[in-house]
Amino acid sequence: MADSGAARGRPVLHAPIGHDSAPRHVSGEALYIDDIPEPPGLLHLHAGLSQRAHARVTKLDLSAVRAAPGVVAVLTPADVPGGNDISPFAGDEPLFATDEVQFLGQPLFCVAAETLPKARAAAALAVVEYEDLPRLLTADAALAAGAFIEPSQTMVLGDARAAIAAAPHTVRGHLQVGGQEHFYLEGQVALAIPGEGADLHVWTSTQHPTETQHILARVLGCADAAVTVEVRRMGGGFGGKETQSVQWAAMAALAARVARRPAKIRLDRDDDMTATGKRHDFEIDWTLGFDGDGKLHGAQFEFASRCGFSADLSHAINDRAMFHADNAYALQTAEIVSHRTRTHTVSNTAFRGFGGPQGMMAVERAMDAAALALGKDPLDVRLANLYGVAGDATPYGQTVEDAVIREIVEALAADCDYRARRKAVAAWNAGEGHLKRGLALTPVKFGISFTTTHLNQAAALVHVYTDGSIHLNHGGTEMGQGLNVKVAQVVADAFQVPLASVRITSTRTDKAPNTSATAASSGSDLNGMAALHACEQIKQRLAEWARADHGHEPRFTPDGVQVGAELFPFRDFVNRAYLARVSLSAAGFYKTPDIHYDRTTHKGRPFYYFAYGAACSEVAIDTLTGENRVTRVDILHDVGRSLNPAIDLGQIEGGFIQGMGWLTTEELVFDDTGRLRTHAPSTYKIPTAGDRPAVFNMALWKGENREPTIHRSKAVGEPPLMLAISVFSALTDAVASVGGHKAMPNLDAPATPERILAAVNDVRRRAHG
Amino acid sequence: MARPIRFLLDGVVRESPADTDPTLTVLNLLRYHLRRTGTKEGCAEGDCGACTVVLGELEGERVRFRAVNACILFAPMLDGRALFTVESLGREGALHPVQQAMVDLHASQCGFCTPGFVMSLYAHQREGAPSDPQSLKDALAGNLCRCTGYGPILAAGQAMGAAPEADIAAALKAIQPAEGLAIEHKGRRFVAPRSADELAATLEANPDATVLAGGTDIGLWVTKQRRVLRTIVSLNDCADLKAVEDLGPAIRIGAAVRYADAHAALAALHPDFGELLRRLGGQQVRNLGTVCGNIANGSPIGDMPPALIAADATLVLRRGAARRELPLEAYFLAYGRQDRAPGEFVEAVIVPKPAAGRIFRIAKLSKRFDQDISAVCLGLSVGVEAGRVTDARIAFGGMAATPKRAVACEAALAGRPWTPATVETAVGTLADDFAPITDMRASAGYRLEAAGNLIRRAVLESQGAAARLLDAEAVAHG
Repeated sequence: MADSGAARGRPVLHAPIGHDSAPRHVSGEALYIDDIPEPPGLLHLHAGLSQRAHARVTKLDLSAVRAAPGVVAVLTPADVPGGNDISPFAGDEPLFATDEVQFLGQPLFCVAAETLPKARAAAALAVVEYEDLPRLLTADAALAAGAFIEPSQTMVLGDARAAIAAAPHTVRGHLQVGGQEHFYLEGQVALAIPGEGADLHVWTSTQHPTETQHILARVLGCADAAVTVEVRRMGGGFGGKETQSVQWAAMAALAARVARRPAKIRLDRDDDMTATGKRHDFEIDWTLGFDGDGKLHGAQFEFASRCGFSADLSHAINDRAMFHADNAYALQTAEIVSHRTRTHTVSNTAFRGFGGPQGMMAVERAMDAAALALGKDPLDVRLANLYGVAGDATPYGQTVEDAVIREIVEALAADCDYRARRKAVAAWNAGEGHLKRGLALTPVKFGISFTTTHLNQAAALVHVYTDGSIHLNHGGTEMGQGLNVKVAQVVADAFQVPLASVRITSTRTDKAPNTSATAASSGSDLNGMAALHACEQIKQRLAEWARADHGHEPRFTPDGVQVGAELFPFRDFVNRAYLARVSLSAAGFYKTPDIHYDRTTHKGRPFYYFAYGAACSEVAIDTLTGENRVTRVDILHDVGRSLNPAIDLGQIEGGFIQGMGWLTTEELVFDDTGRLRTHAPSTYKIPTAGDRPAVFNMALWKGENREPTIHRSKAVGEPPLMLAISVFSALTDAVASVGGHKAMPNLDAPATPERILAAVNDVRRRAHG
Repeated sequence: MARPIRFLLDGVVRESPADTDPTLTVLNLLRYHLRRTGTKEGCAEGDCGACTVVLGELEGERVRFRAVNACILFAPMLDGRALFTVESLGREGALHPVQQAMVDLHASQCGFCTPGFVMSLYAHQREGAPSDPQSLKDALAGNLCRCTGYGPILAAGQAMGAAPEADIAAALKAIQPAEGLAIEHKGRRFVAPRSADELAATLEANPDATVLAGGTDIGLWVTKQRRVLRTIVSLNDCADLKAVEDLGPAIRIGAAVRYADAHAALAALHPDFGELLRRLGGQQVRNLGTVCGNIANGSPIGDMPPALIAADATLVLRRGAARRELPLEAYFLAYGRQDRAPGEFVEAVIVPKPAAGRIFRIAKLSKRFDQDISAVCLGLSVGVEAGRVTDARIAFGGMAATPKRAVACEAALAGRPWTPATVETAVGTLADDFAPITDMRASAGYRLEAAGNLIRRAVLESQGAAARLLDAEAVAHG
């Protein structure tokens, strides 16, 4: 049974408590924005999107659109009272394109009509003429043309070139890593209701209410204080609603302003996938120098990512790829170069892992190649280079002080019987059959904190009412990850009240201001601490009053508040405090300590701590077709002292399967005109229930965060996604077996049947040719 | 004359007027007309399952419960049926056991896909379907979840208890119409005859009508292509088209037989048919889509045609009282063009039972195993006597503008030994038979190479030499 947490005396912290919304999820009562009863006079919006990747707009005739039945307004840049820009900071993303379109799918205008079908039908009547301009669609093309969103960045540890040149062994290679569509089940949606004057209330499915508020105010040319942004829950986010939700909220806000009527926009799945950014795809060159034991002397990585037409968050995303080029390994010396290319494609954006996964893919490919070159088990090469075994210096100047990765890897290898299974796989592959098997065990070390240091702050608001119920509000947003229940557990524990006493409320910019995005896995770390800070303030006021009035320090217990010999029910205690005129409301604040980073030198201590984990995956491939199955997965993951093991295991499994999809079946295909051809679930294939490996074992590492995080827990949102790199390594291992592990497979991601078959053929040719 | 659409909702008779928009989807009916917003739109193309609802249909004395996608189901298709949505089950504080199991096992995260999963599991339970992991995975293949990784949902499926349920058979009988549905909205019509004869007459009188079976393709014409369909003639209510008949040497599958209902009979012909249908669409698509519809629409990537062509199936076409039969492969003339005259419809497909000793193989290649459209689909039937090929029927989907036989390859095999060496030569002729395209599913090169390898694999498998990948889990853990 899910623990409701309501039972008196049962601890709510560190307990496997169910998601607070679960009963409403399963009954259909949980309200998403499109479920909110529609206000009278609601306008329905539909955006007209560019049909060219890069072109001058020579004609935009919207007269037929305006004249179409049911149309109330057609919004264009001329209607924007403030700035026609919805970018997070770079000033390079128009709400509506003006004379030039920069990707296929870029909004040109927006129709506001009485019904959604009428808005859609009207939008189709626009007459748009284009004059094509040269288009750059891939990172390679942009590299060749010198098109970047910022200058290329370099991170250096020692002299990697010299170390590699002097190393006994060298391997190098090239790896393509595909992008990924978020495929949140709830598409982008926003509802704006105008108030009096400039006031505006906006419900939007966003991970970043504060930024939405600020950008909407900028677009509308009003004060931030006039705009209230509210989020109760998202139907999935995964990074895809950190910045990508703003454009649509801005259209709803603008329509509400222009027409003085409520306005709602909800993107159709195809428009959503065409017009919103995705995980960056990468081209990676790598070189490794190492000795005969597989111990690294140095590594070079050269990344080129496709950022799309604008900067969005690409600076920080590509920085994080550089930060994770070492994954869990002491590289000894390193040179990490990162090119951020500007292309005429949708602007790529945050996605669970935020560049980290792409960075790790390179070093894990390199580990597999080094092992193959030496004829060693890749696990042994990995073990020889782990932080805590081989060193503690990262390429960005931070010392790894909390490495538990060796213990995790060794424990997992023992638990999952890695060595015996390695032999069994080799024996199977020695046979004649066309099915081959592969095995890999890979580690994860993920840095926790926004690498843009100032973002590491949070706000919360806690009210204790005189009936003992508690109103909890914080700046984090709920997208399914269980943030709200975790923070509520913290608050219930602080007052030692049943979880049911804590009322979880929607995230609102008028309650918790100037917050950061719920991103970087930081949700419970930051908001849990901010909420605790609010509770501590109220408790301190209560203590001062109790000491003064009763002469005793109050002790909050599951049975009530103990003051000297007296035990008060919590409700009575706070009611007495109220009568004594004690404030029972507090705003909490938190900022992560001990972090700093200098982006000009790429040195500092960007991460408060690291989260660790390891996974072992076993796969089978069909060498005639490239079809593949993940047959078994074992995971051991570090979440510190878990605030809620049920929620954390859910994040681990969900992250793993999402990562597995990224590296296997999920393929973004753009055609030569820049049109995304995989723009719906009929063509873009995320994992189904049938793809879940038949054997899937998960365990939490028993440890606690050495840093004083919220109750010694660790962040969990992103790190488990990268456990799925073990699947890619295992597939690589299976492909290598067709050449007797003599030729390193040139397998790129995602490892679709087609890519696996091509890699099999290539290995056969090289191993036997 | 005109009568409303009549259906049960939560066991209570509901009506939608005779001028209901014929292509109003059940999803929009629920969300915007009935204000039941528990059913979600995730894709509006029947591929994500967030809109899953359950239809109760009378089948003789029994009620069948089918999970279907409300986003591509037209409201008139509810006529004479019972509709269950997530709101029909339970509310917070009084959850249905299926819902409670989902809560207890942490099977929801963001919650948006959750009502759809609840309804798929509910249908599974009401049908009394087995709760082993594979059955549950098959039942849920049409429901996408991006948060959980599915483990907790599968666990909920295994743990879910049953609730006492009201018997709706009598209520369903009471709303069975005496005559077909005919509704009209602003000149657009939806007609649902009750018998094949009536259907034939209706189509003869309306030769330009769109013939609707399950609507798993036509639904998208409306929701995605935003096409306006003037006259829709539905064959879903023609009781005499719903039969799978055993003709002795063959089976006859009527036009209104859904994949789910053809599954057992086809799987009995050959297990590969069963496996193909298991992977075709999700349960929601298999519950609506029909074998004949998959043929009739002429898609080059439908999964049934290559398998049925290999099996030497015959198509029965009917116009008015006139019937004609033709070999299935002859139906496909060119891309988007079939040998079907105006007013004519596919009445049935006749599938011969494979002769003993013939080598029969169906293989589907797709990026994802479940609920994906084939990049290449092979149907192969080879007669072998004394080690030599007597005749070969090899058909591919995804290799040409229509489902098509590999004529040169078949000729190259005829009379030759059925060995890897002969097949090697025959596979070399595939490039004469096919010039496949490159698209988002696969490149031309992969299609051609993999097509050949599927034939190579068929030889290996027929010689008992090879395990199959989908059995690899057993290989790895047996």
